[in-house]
Amino acid sequence: MSTELPVLRPADFGSDQDVRWCPGCGDYSILAQMKKALATQGFPREKTAFISGIGCSSRFPYYMATYGMHSIHGRAPAFATGLKSARPDLQVWVITGDGDALSIGGNHLMHAIRRNVNINIVLFNNRIYGLTKGQYSPTSEIGKITKSTPMGSLDNPLTPLSLAVGCNATFIARSIDTNAKHLSSTLQRAAEHQGTSFVEVYQNCNIFNDGAWKYATDRTTRQENVIEIEHGKPLIFGAESNKGIRLNGLNPEVVELGNGIAEDDLLFHDEQSPEPTLAYLLSRMRQPEFPEAIGVFRDIDAPIYDDQLNSQVAAAQEKNPDASLNSLFNSGNTWTVD
Amino acid sequence: MASTVENISRATIRFAGDSGDGMQLTGTQLTNTSALAGNDVATFPDFPAEIRAPRGTRAGVSGFQVQFASEDIFTPGDQLDTLVVMNPAALITNISDLRPGGLLIVNEDSFVSKEFRLAKLESDPLDDPDMDQYRVIKIKMTLLTRTAVEELGLTTKFADRCKNFFAMGFVYWLYNRDLQPSLDFINAKFGGKPDIAAANEKALKAGYNYGETTEAAISTYQVEKAKLEPGTYKNIMGNQGLAWGCIAAAKLSGKDLFLGSYPITPASDILHELSKHKNFGVRTFQAEDEIAAVCSTIGAAFGGHMAITTSSGPGIALKGEALGLGMILELPMLIINIQRGGPSTGLPTKTEQSDLLQCMYGRNGESPLPLIAARSPADCFQTAIDAWRVAVKFMCPVMVLSDGYIANGAEPWKIPDYDALEEIVVEHPGERSEEDPPFLPYKRDENLSRPWALPGTKGLEHRIGGLEKDHETGNVSYDPDNHEFMCKIRQEKIDKIADFIPELEVDGEDSGDLLVLSWGGTYGACTTAVSHCRADGLNVSHAHLRFISPFPRNLGTILGNFKKIVIPELNLGQLQKIITSTYGVNAEGIHKLKGRPFTVSELTEQFKELIG
Repeated sequence: MSTELPVLRPADFGSDQDVRWCPGCGDYSILAQMKKALATQGFPREKTAFISGIGCSSRFPYYMATYGMHSIHGRAPAFATGLKSARPDLQVWVITGDGDALSIGGNHLMHAIRRNVNINIVLFNNRIYGLTKGQYSPTSEIGKITKSTPMGSLDNPLTPLSLAVGCNATFIARSIDTNAKHLSSTLQRAAEHQGTSFVEVYQNCNIFNDGAWKYATDRTTRQENVIEIEHGKPLIFGAESNKGIRLNGLNPEVVELGNGIAEDDLLFHDEQSPEPTLAYLLSRMRQPEFPEAIGVFRDIDAPIYDDQLNSQVAAAQEKNPDASLNSLFNSGNTWTVD
Repeated sequence: MASTVENISRATIRFAGDSGDGMQLTGTQLTNTSALAGNDVATFPDFPAEIRAPRGTRAGVSGFQVQFASEDIFTPGDQLDTLVVMNPAALITNISDLRPGGLLIVNEDSFVSKEFRLAKLESDPLDDPDMDQYRVIKIKMTLLTRTAVEELGLTTKFADRCKNFFAMGFVYWLYNRDLQPSLDFINAKFGGKPDIAAANEKALKAGYNYGETTEAAISTYQVEKAKLEPGTYKNIMGNQGLAWGCIAAAKLSGKDLFLGSYPITPASDILHELSKHKNFGVRTFQAEDEIAAVCSTIGAAFGGHMAITTSSGPGIALKGEALGLGMILELPMLIINIQRGGPSTGLPTKTEQSDLLQCMYGRNGESPLPLIAARSPADCFQTAIDAWRVAVKFMCPVMVLSDGYIANGAEPWKIPDYDALEEIVVEHPGERSEEDPPFLPYKRDENLSRPWALPGTKGLEHRIGGLEKDHETGNVSYDPDNHEFMCKIRQEKIDKIADFIPELEVDGEDSGDLLVLSWGGTYGACTTAVSHCRADGLNVSHAHLRFISPFPRNLGTILGNFKKIVIPELNLGQLQKIITSTYGVNAEGIHKLKGRPFTVSELTEQFKELIG
């Protein structure tokens, strides 16, 4: 066969529907980078499905020219688990937000990850409820003043990636809506990973929580506040690339390179470490004490739920190739009336 | 000297003892043996929600009732002919069901002061003068069992666990049952543990021989073969019937079967059963909760499987939002509710029909779904197939109702020939190219059904969701006229199913003094009670609903032909509410909420009163 398959461009992954996010929303950038990642990957459009819950981010499937389902609040991982178990041939994405995934849907997120279903979960984290017009979310900082918390919120925020580590996620990554190149390559890595991929994207809600990630996106501050991690490389950051993360016992510390501290003294990233300890440590590095890590925290191979489920079916069929329903119905004690 | 043998047409027997006494096993064995002997059988297991309630207490009593007969029967019987009690608590909680003159078989060893205290009795209940109305047979079952298994050198604890087989052996003697099927069972079940197998076998035979040697003065009973329709039969329980029906429905439609489920009494046995049959292309997913169970089901339905979820009332409550989504997505799937006593956690191991309104209406918005109810354990198989036929033809989730009584009860099932079952036709639209007109995922056919387009099909890429959608493109639409149109057409589609399902049949005269209208698990008791009334010359007819949404086309006409309508239900009148509001007729109700099915006698009495 020498038929050339048509090459799809990013635009070919867009549906004919008008995108209705607020102008300036970080979601636009994530949508663009997703289309780019899928086009680069070259996986057939008809074999791709986007499943979402409820919230601004969850409108995402309507804007993709793939199969899609806009489901109910917080449950997208459960729909995706059913779909992927029935149809392992599909590439299944879950699009969710901090409220959808971590509040109402915390249970399903946890179980999809610990089962290691072969799906890609992208969590748009804007630290606010946008679609319901501005209540605090499970990732909002303590003391957040919102419509529902006029005297400040009381709850400790969740760190999504720490939760993913706790569920022993096999792929964990973080990126930023405005960092286009980093985001599209992170999404590609997520797609390539076999098993649950969990990607947190810092996403700006310019209406209800504008500037939540300013420290990580502003040209003047981002290099001091964000550290881009790479497998096998030391953890170095700063505008002058002169700072690093060193381990002091079990705790990370920020050090300046020079004055007797060399690159070799720094913590080296290992995304393939079988134990999730390093990924957890990286997930706990938060502002203002530490630069926040972006990139792939963890990428390991582990048995996949839907693969194993389908293998059990195949094994049972192999063991009983001629099983008929008549033999099932007539199994056990039967008697005949003439 | 052999006892005299008395021929009888039917017998109702109940074993009652502690939860740990093995009463369910004993009853199941008697049921299977009787079925193999050619009797018609019907069973009623009744056990507490606790796995092991405190020993010797009334709360811990577990019972298993079976009726076997030489004629067609539809219920496990009202009054007991024989009651076997393993301790005082079992006696005191069950004795009121034993008919006067009935046989009371007692494990005498447990009628001691310590057991009386546990059962909160001040004295030996056998000393009560009321006991004179029964024929009491006291047997030292514990002691005799220990003696029978003595040579095996088991601990007393193990030896005592065999005493249910002793009781079984005695009842087998009393009813002239063949020991062989239970001996085979013992070998199959305990074959790996020769000591246990040998002990149970010895206990069983000891019980039988005890009857033969010591009780020769009383007569034993013989129940001849029933005249069932020719065919091959096996005993089936309701949950097994639903599980097998779903496997068959999947195969008949060329589909793999996906079950998303969360364990809940009394539905879990469907999950267990289906998990054993992966070789038929069955995937079972034990989800993290009820919501994930139904959501995974919808996901698998989107992917093109025959997808089902199984639960009971509390779980159905949790699934409500997702069921609304399944309805608006218009994807086929089965939602199986094995009803139990409610509200809230209610009576988990007891039966009730009180989820009808929940299943009909328990979703936000205008959210109609078809609803079909099984009437008996053997009917469950066909119910699953019929439900799936409707689901795929009309592209909608179908609510399937059973209950604890049907789920755990057993009766003979005439085994169908799979190859003779009618195929279930499912069509999926094929690939489209860029030149074809755009695919319209919500364009409807003559049944008002939309196409079931499967992910993976080129050119059919589309998005579905819970937001209101344009009537053809499926794109999100907030247009007021479109919304009203869509609400109406979704209702119209469900109403149209009435053209597809059979009309309601009336058992008895087409018109007359009284129509008994029933649904679900009350079928057997209503059928039998109506036949008793008619035998007494009363003008009573009976109609049993299989589909409650939509109703059969001719239901209104039938209702108009009777002077009185009565609807017996194990709730406070849920079908009655729907019938009276839908048809503007007066219907009386007979209601029971005791966690137990209707008895034939209580229904017969009330039907007679209504005729006056």
